[in-house]
Amino acid sequence: MQVTPSLAPPDSAALLGVGSSQTDLRRFLHSLPGVDQVGAEARVAALGTRSIKTTAKAYAIDLAIRMVDLTTLEGSDTPGKVAALCAKARRPDPTDNSAPSVAAVCVYNDLVGIARQHLAGSEVRVAAVATAFPSGRASRSVRLLDTSEAVAAGADEIDMVIDRGAFLSGAYSKVFDDVVAVKAACGTAHLKVILETGELQTYDNVRRASWLAMLAGADFIKTSTGKIAPAATLPVTLVMLEAVRDFRAATGRIIGVKPAGGIRTTKDAIKYLVLVNETVGDDWLTPALFRFGASSLLNDLLLQRQKLSTGHYSGPDYVTLD
Amino acid sequence: MSFEYAPAPESRSVVTIESSYGLFIDGDFVDPASGAYFKTINPATEEVLAEISEANDVDVDRAVTAARRAYERTWSKLSGRERAKYLFRIARLIQERSRELAVLETLDNGKPIREARDVDLPLVAAHFFYYAGWADKLDHAGLGPNPRALGVAAQVIPWNFPLLMLSWKIAPALAAGNTVVLKPAETTSLTALWFADICRQADLPAGVVNIVTGGGETGRALVEHGDVNKIAFTGSTQVGRAIAAAAAGTSKKLTLELGGKAANIIFDDAPIDQAIEGIVSGIFFNQGHVCCAGSRLLVQENVHDEVLAALKQRLTTLRLGDPMDKNTDIGAINSSEQLGRITELANAGDSEGAIRWSPACDLPDRGFWYPPTVFTGVTQAHRIAREEIFGPVLSVLTFRTPAEAVEKANNTPYGLSAGIWTEKGSRILQMAQQLRAGVVWANTFNRFDPTSPFGGYKESGYGREGGRPGLLAYLTTGAER
Repeated sequence: MQVTPSLAPPDSAALLGVGSSQTDLRRFLHSLPGVDQVGAEARVAALGTRSIKTTAKAYAIDLAIRMVDLTTLEGSDTPGKVAALCAKARRPDPTDNSAPSVAAVCVYNDLVGIARQHLAGSEVRVAAVATAFPSGRASRSVRLLDTSEAVAAGADEIDMVIDRGAFLSGAYSKVFDDVVAVKAACGTAHLKVILETGELQTYDNVRRASWLAMLAGADFIKTSTGKIAPAATLPVTLVMLEAVRDFRAATGRIIGVKPAGGIRTTKDAIKYLVLVNETVGDDWLTPALFRFGASSLLNDLLLQRQKLSTGHYSGPDYVTLD
Repeated sequence: MSFEYAPAPESRSVVTIESSYGLFIDGDFVDPASGAYFKTINPATEEVLAEISEANDVDVDRAVTAARRAYERTWSKLSGRERAKYLFRIARLIQERSRELAVLETLDNGKPIREARDVDLPLVAAHFFYYAGWADKLDHAGLGPNPRALGVAAQVIPWNFPLLMLSWKIAPALAAGNTVVLKPAETTSLTALWFADICRQADLPAGVVNIVTGGGETGRALVEHGDVNKIAFTGSTQVGRAIAAAAAGTSKKLTLELGGKAANIIFDDAPIDQAIEGIVSGIFFNQGHVCCAGSRLLVQENVHDEVLAALKQRLTTLRLGDPMDKNTDIGAINSSEQLGRITELANAGDSEGAIRWSPACDLPDRGFWYPPTVFTGVTQAHRIAREEIFGPVLSVLTFRTPAEAVEKANNTPYGLSAGIWTEKGSRILQMAQQLRAGVVWANTFNRFDPTSPFGGYKESGYGREGGRPGLLAYLTTGAER
């Protein structure tokens, strides 16, 4: 299938009067306020001391479960593993009907069909990583074909990677055009743009990449592929949340945020929810606008959920492997 | 449904408060000769916590005599290495008992447990560790070989950081070889009395540390005592002046750390999100009961609206209430007297034409509370831009050029601290050179460290505490004596 994307800047860029030329983008992105590293990390550390107990914890755990993009992105993935993951996504805790389903199952392009089949009739969405994930090092036509095949196979959401090499070299218009093209190839599928913040290194870069992706039409901005360390961190997520908050104020468009990779415990997940709550507020406390890209996190959420309802901790043999 | 945090109260069962407390003199708790007591209350609930002794002239004399004896017979005879052992021991005990001390500080002072636990107590221990390290290295303090202690130090501290101010006073004094008589503030005596217990636990020789509790008269008796060699005072400029007058013409050495009206200066190229945090911690940290608080916000005119909008949004997330709740950001005002002072000055802001704004917040029925408040449209002539409010009240002014920022920032009788927010390094250095303030923070605010000297220009006092300069305030070359 051949896709001919339109390279005209989408609405929000036009709304802000930002052209898609290299000069325009550079001027705009470099006019954004800087991020003070020490201050951003101190803010996150302070919020990390919030004590979330009892009813607040129960609320946070269920919300976090509903926000999970249950992910498997291994070379060794099999149709059987994806089928099992889908069953778990629909009903995470077989012993407790009240445990909610997760938001989505996230797989590679070739397993989208399997996931679609096993999630039929459920609300759980299928997300596919595309655009030569995880490195993004392929020609635009290959990356677009990767995207359109995933959409054709039934993906509701596309997780694309940006070309970090281009971004770091300052070739912002290349990254912009890539995102615009992939967005066009997505059709009605939601587009999550992975910034791979572990490779961008500085918070200033994270802020600029966030704006670049949003201007180009991202529905979500996502921290990481999970293949690079560090993956998601709280300060990076703070900077991205500030970006979606400011983008909404400037354009009226509301963009989602997805930290992915390295979030393994309920305690971690709750810290992210506190960060969302106190940075952008209630509006983002929904699976439509905030996701966790994770695999092992779900089991810890389920264990903590069981502990809250039964009063005792059951242990890893009481949740399913995958 | 929104994400409401359930109550997360810290347990107060870690402290047992007696019904009344004596004075700590010569290693023991003793009844006051005055026979007088006053009540200390929890400002968040107005519950009476304990009765505290009110020391009179006789009590103060006993304490100074004990300190003199300990100085002559014991403390001045010990080597620096031996003094260090005691200080390290005290530092470790503070760490071990930090939960208990944090709870007690919050109960008696009204500050949020989060701040007592994460700011006050770690800094208290750090000060003792830092000065413990100096005790056997006084030859390298900068006064040449064999600098000598001054003798007996009279120390009077405020109620905003009770135990932290105690550590700023006692740690360098003991490291340098002095003995001390310390008077905590009338409304916050409890942690100082707990510290007395820690001194006993550390087997500190009797009389090296003496704690006399009481009000202004006790303080006066202490600083005017004839056998005191050094006075260290932190508190209001008004009291500081009286002390300076009383010490004039005597051989007493004096350091004063007084009021402030700091400018927190936001340039248009500042890291805005972190600057907002800096404004918040600058003025709302510890309910604004901070002498170096960033109480005057100077915003470059072209980002005024943007900064104010972001600040107001941020202030709606501040959580005011029970100081013992681990999620509380703003606790209680320390006393009804202080609440009255804040209210009076803020009302002057209204009547002088400044525009008041506060986020929606419910104030508890009992105790002393004041909502986070921002005044815009403030000019240099307004009282709220000139007088120290010592509460959660921010006055916002604007400037257009760096020169105007400097001029406005310096146009105050005080000079304790200032803040600069810009991503431009050269501007930070240029501004810092021109600001007449003892501490200048760049892209941060209200950060403290035992290695960093702290003190004021002009009516904010003289002398430095912290770091090597803080040590020198308790030492003399042999020649001076």
